[in-house]
Amino acid sequence: MGFIMGECPVCAAEVEVADDAMAGELLVCDDCGAELELTGTDPVALAEAPSAEEDWGQ
Amino acid sequence: MKIGLLHSLIRKEEKLLIEAFRNAGVEPVMIDDRKLIMDFHTAPDIDILVERSINHSRALHALRLFESAGVCCVNSHKVAQICGDKLLTTAALKDHGIAQPESRVAFTEQSALEAIEALGYPVVLKPAVGSWGRLLSKINDRDAAETVLEHKTVLGSYHHSIFYIQQYIDKQGRDIRSFVVGDDCVAAIYRSSDHWITNTARGAEASKCEVTPEVAEISLAAAKAVGGGIVAVDLFESDDGLLVNEVNYTMEFRNSIDTTGVDIPQVVANYVIGLVTQ
Repeated sequence: MGFIMGECPVCAAEVEVADDAMAGELLVCDDCGAELELTGTDPVALAEAPSAEEDWGQ
Repeated sequence: MKIGLLHSLIRKEEKLLIEAFRNAGVEPVMIDDRKLIMDFHTAPDIDILVERSINHSRALHALRLFESAGVCCVNSHKVAQICGDKLLTTAALKDHGIAQPESRVAFTEQSALEAIEALGYPVVLKPAVGSWGRLLSKINDRDAAETVLEHKTVLGSYHHSIFYIQQYIDKQGRDIRSFVVGDDCVAAIYRSSDHWITNTARGAEASKCEVTPEVAEISLAAAKAVGGGIVAVDLFESDDGLLVNEVNYTMEFRNSIDTTGVDIPQVVANYVIGLVTQ
C-alpha cells in the first residue's frame, strides 16, 4: 500500500493518505492532532471532520 | 447482488464491513447520507440497505424512506425507532417480559423530582435519545436532582424535558455488551471502568466475556423484542440476574474483534448476503 500526501487544513502539515483510502474516511494529523475527513481522493482533499452531534454514535 | 451501505463518515467499523463484503465477493454500493435526496417513491437501485449512519436522526428518516420505496433495510426503521429512544426500548422490553432496571418517565421538573424521590437515590437521568454515555447524570441526592432538572429544563432542547429516570444499578465497575446477528448471539465483551459510565467511547476497557446460555438467552430475547436484526445489547449483572440496559442498532465493534476472536464484520456481511440470497 502506498501513500499520497495531503495538506492539513488546520496546520498545513503534510498528511499521509493511503492510496486506497475512500472519501469519507477519518484521519488524524500527526502534527496538530486535528481530526480530518478525506473529502476527495483525486486529487486528495482534506477538511476538518465535523464535530460530534447530539445524536451521534452508539 | 447490490448491497447498499448507508453511511456518513467512514469509521473503522464501516471500513471493516466494506472489507468483509469484498471478502465475500460483493462490492457494496456506498450511499452517503449527506448527499442523499429522496422523493418518497424511489431509492437507489439496491437489493438491500445496510444502515451505518453515524446520526440517529438521519438513519431513522432515511430508513423510513427506503422502506417506502420497497427496499429491505438492515436494520429496519422499526428497530431504529425503538432502539434510538430509551423510552420506546423500555416499553418494548417490558412488553416482552425482559428483565431491565426499574425506570420512570415524567414530563415536568416537579413530577420528575417526585419520581426520583419515590424510586430512591441514586438514580440515573438519561436523555431519551442519546449515546456514547453523553449527558447521563447519576443523581445521589435531592440537591443534585433539583439542580440537574432545572438545568435540563432551562438549558436543554425540548426533548430534554422528557425525563427518563432509571434505577442506579451497582454494576461493580463493568457491564456486558453482547452482539446479536440474526438468531445468534455471536460474541460479548465486558466493558470495565473505574467510572460509573462504562462506555468504551468514555474510556472503558474491553475484555472478552463468554457467551453463556444466560447471556445468549437474554440478548436474543432483547433483540427479538426490538424487532431483530443486527444489534448490540448492553447488560447489567445484578443480584437478580442479568438486566437489559440498552439495545443499539448501529453497533460499534472495533474494540470487540480482537478481544473476542470473532470476526464480527464478516459475520454481519455473511448474514446480510444470506438475507438477499434466501
